[in-house]
Amino acid sequence: MKRFLFVLRKPVHSGVYVQEILDIVLTTAAFDQSVSILLLDDGVFHLKNNQNPDCVGMKDTASIFKALEIYDVNDVYVEMESLQERGLTCGDLCLPVDSVYRKNIAELMKRFDVLVPG
Amino acid sequence: MKFAVQVNASPYHSNAGHAAYRFISAALAAGHEIFRVFFYHDGIYHAFKYASPPDDELQFSSQWSDLAKCYQVDLVVCISAAQRRGLLCSDESKRQGKLDDDLADGFRISGLGQLVEATLVSDRFVVFG
Repeated sequence: MKRFLFVLRKPVHSGVYVQEILDIVLTTAAFDQSVSILLLDDGVFHLKNNQNPDCVGMKDTASIFKALEIYDVNDVYVEMESLQERGLTCGDLCLPVDSVYRKNIAELMKRFDVLVPG
Repeated sequence: MKFAVQVNASPYHSNAGHAAYRFISAALAAGHEIFRVFFYHDGIYHAFKYASPPDDELQFSSQWSDLAKCYQVDLVVCISAAQRRGLLCSDESKRQGKLDDDLADGFRISGLGQLVEATLVSDRFVVFG
């Protein structure tokens, strides 16, 4: 078993990109690997509460994140500074997350075997 | 060393696909093994058989086809990403009652499990684009 960290940096609804990344996340979890997610930069918006994507005809990707628990994807990390720079706090997010300071991100990444950029 | 490579960018969106090709060629020339190249997101556009750029430009899909022929590199295109973007191999298009046969030589279509397997058996996983 390898430890995977998926690093998501793009904002919500960047075309079909996030859906396709989540497909890899779910496939990796289905292979019984250890899967974690790190949200950086505009990636933190993925978990923002009160999204109404159906108003603009988009898919509700936040609900896929909420379903990750079923696949044993329990570790979701969020970079603290990315939240702060966008006026958000952990309380604005729809999932419980582990917040990590920017200075500790490199150390966090070292704990994984495979980093998947997204 | 054994490498798994993922290509996410289309030929004309950025240089990432070409950089991947150059990286793979250099790795093979240095005696490394490329276990698999997985084309995902807009990277699947590398596998279109009938891309017809002018003669004096890079011929992306035929470059990959030649690489597969010379080094038996396993070039895998993600089926869901491909179907979303209208790339159908002959089997799939027959199943859908269509006539397309878009997949360039040397590529094969398969699922995301092939990507995960490649990351598990390889020493390094390198993503372009």
